[in-house]
Amino acid sequence: MTGPRIAVALDGAGWHPAAWREPGARPGELLTAGYWTDVVREAEAGKLDFVTLEDSLALQTVHPLDRPGERDDIVQGRLDAVLIAARVAPLTSHIGLVPTAVVTHTEPFHLSKAIATLDYVSTGRAGVRVQVAGRAEDNRHFGRREFGGFRLEDSAEPGRPSPLRDLFDEAADYVEVLRRLWDSWEDDAEIRDVATGRFVDRRKLHYIDFEGRWFSVKGPSITPRPPQGQPPVTALAHAAVPYRLAARSADVVYVTPSDRARAAAIVAEVRDEQDLAGRGAETLHVFGDVVVFLGETEQAAADRKARLDELAGAEYASDAHVFTGTPAGLADLLLDWQGAGLSGFRLRPGAVPHDLTAITRGLVPELRGRGAFRTGYEANTLRGLLGLARPANRYAAV
Amino acid sequence: MTRKQIHLAAHFPGVNNTTVWSDPEAGSHIEFSSFVKLAQTAERAKFDFFFLAEGLRLREQNGEIYDLDVVGRPDTFTVLSALAAVTERLGLAGTINSTFNEPFEVARQFASLDHLSAGRAAWNVVTSWDAFTGENFRRGGFLPQDQRYERAETFLRTAWELFDSWRGDEIAADAGSGVFLRDPAAGAFAHHDAHFDIEGRFPVPRSPQGRPVIIQAGDSEEGREFAASTADAIFSRYGTLEAGQAFYSDVKGRLAKYGRTPEQLVILPAATFVLGDTDADAHERAHVVRRQQVSGQTAIKFLEQLWNTDLSSYDPDGPLPESDPVLGDHTIARGRASVRMYRDPLATAREWRQLAEAKSLSIRELIIEVTARQTFIGSPSTVADAIDELVQADASDGFILVPHVTPGGLDEFADRVVPLLQERGSFRTEYPGATLRDHLGLD
Repeated sequence: MTGPRIAVALDGAGWHPAAWREPGARPGELLTAGYWTDVVREAEAGKLDFVTLEDSLALQTVHPLDRPGERDDIVQGRLDAVLIAARVAPLTSHIGLVPTAVVTHTEPFHLSKAIATLDYVSTGRAGVRVQVAGRAEDNRHFGRREFGGFRLEDSAEPGRPSPLRDLFDEAADYVEVLRRLWDSWEDDAEIRDVATGRFVDRRKLHYIDFEGRWFSVKGPSITPRPPQGQPPVTALAHAAVPYRLAARSADVVYVTPSDRARAAAIVAEVRDEQDLAGRGAETLHVFGDVVVFLGETEQAAADRKARLDELAGAEYASDAHVFTGTPAGLADLLLDWQGAGLSGFRLRPGAVPHDLTAITRGLVPELRGRGAFRTGYEANTLRGLLGLARPANRYAAV
Repeated sequence: MTRKQIHLAAHFPGVNNTTVWSDPEAGSHIEFSSFVKLAQTAERAKFDFFFLAEGLRLREQNGEIYDLDVVGRPDTFTVLSALAAVTERLGLAGTINSTFNEPFEVARQFASLDHLSAGRAAWNVVTSWDAFTGENFRRGGFLPQDQRYERAETFLRTAWELFDSWRGDEIAADAGSGVFLRDPAAGAFAHHDAHFDIEGRFPVPRSPQGRPVIIQAGDSEEGREFAASTADAIFSRYGTLEAGQAFYSDVKGRLAKYGRTPEQLVILPAATFVLGDTDADAHERAHVVRRQQVSGQTAIKFLEQLWNTDLSSYDPDGPLPESDPVLGDHTIARGRASVRMYRDPLATAREWRQLAEAKSLSIRELIIEVTARQTFIGSPSTVADAIDELVQADASDGFILVPHVTPGGLDEFADRVVPLLQERGSFRTEYPGATLRDHLGLD
């Protein structure tokens, strides 16, 4: 397969604020297991690489810095993404499951074992998307600390000390702790040696002894090393500071180019940061995020989006490129941008189920027709699908 | 007269020496298939719930990771949510510590689990104060012991405020009018006290059970009051007739002052079991099981926990040490709950020495005797009789069963004992409803 890898980003009834009002939407079922099972199975039927599940510690907003819960005309309320992924895991077999986890207010020890356990229950299909939370509203849910304010302009300058840079540096420490905890058990630590009465070889369990600026963690994990060794870590990034986090810490970074030239520039910037982080030789996938509104004709797609915009009372705006058109047109765009160095795409369906099934039943056959997408799953693990080797354990004696 | 109905739950055997990992039948303690197997057996037998314990740091003894028992367990929420996919009615109960978590996060996870299981979530609220476990967490440090119930109770009440921040009718999802959220204040909360200073909007709408079932364990005066005031079920330590009845009447007697009725708290002692075709067979098997559970090394390690010193040079088949336990704040065993049960080590050591002398017991034989838990041993009909009699006599409302082999250790009980209880009319043949609250007879 020479085409791009395709993931799909699932969020409620879709990414358009009015998506829940579309025919076929199931707005009353967004808190049920049946809904999530159906949409992930649809993605799996299309042989997509993985799904991401959006999450937040607060109620939904239209724009990231809006006050949570203010709107009565958008989907409000959601379930924990890690638990959704776990609920769906036994009912799917090949697709990767990548829940979002907020790292600013949670415990890396808890998340490490949660993702390791997701890897066990999915037999090697877990990943995680790490996300920072900088709003005062999120802080107040925990009451633990005050954060100096989230200014988007700070995200462009890694050199300048700012509360935002601290958040991302803390996130990098967090991911380091996740990875150390996953490695804190060697793969063959469980020995069940009846002769000596030992269940484990304690020499193969390791204290991680992480000491950082924000927290320290002793280890080892309570959960043995997961099937993939280390489930892939992913992050969304729009600017230099988060690119640096991704370059230091992630296996997949989602970026938001507006066109092919911008895609090339972002890839170059990420690769520079990757070299700076000393990871130049490692695989770091750069996925382009694209919001998609699909139709059988360009006009039909445009009409659908116009209808949604009218329902919402405003033209849809996004951090990512918004594509409106046919599956064939989208295939053209993806293959063009792939040429700029992107290794895959995370498509955000404007409305579910319509745009999700347009991806699995329209885009996928279109790409296959061009020899640019798989016809069957070639691996049983998410790492396998992403072409990532199972990593050696940093603590194992060579 | 209809018979009092027995409640049964299944504990996934975890990190303790009850679990016989050396049994040829023993499977993985971490692969998901093991959890599926035990949970599906419990559901087939119409048990109320599946229960998973938790520990947040690997145990140590003599400064080393304890390696004789099963080591390693999954994340509670994640494995319970996955089990919701492969079961339909079985309650899913997990231990979640209230010391190294925040109420907002735990409430969000339990409300999510209750949605994803369609109303089958239960929370065993436990506390911890030890700095040893705290070394794995941002919060770090410890909680002064006298604050543990205070924080736990405040934690739970704060979580309830979050669960109750949605009434259940706020979501209109009316595509025609475009109103998704009928009530603009849905999920609003504010809680300010010495432990938690939080406010905002809770993002999970009301779950099928409203609140997960609350389970609690704890035998102290504060623990009993906490259970009487707030719990739906309690794990007790008393499974024998007299001790069980005493605990039962004491705790149920405390409910009235909180405006609650005796049916609103279900008392479940933990119990192991060994079955055989005859009582004699069962006792023979039980003897073998106890020898597997308490090896010579395990016996020495247990003795060290009371003596609080290295006894590795002692012979497990020999007599107890002449010396007395070492007193002091330093304990050689860390992360093990039972260590705290020896409130007066010198007195306990004196009792053990007297017992060993009276019965001529070696160290290993003594430990086998003193660590014996509530156990049903006998033929299926003997065990069914014993369980039914204890429940009918108000020594408990049922039992949480701890099989000693993972994951198939419950099969024999499900196949041979449960039908006998059903024949007597003491145990359900079908689930009475869809939610765990329905199974437990709670509102």
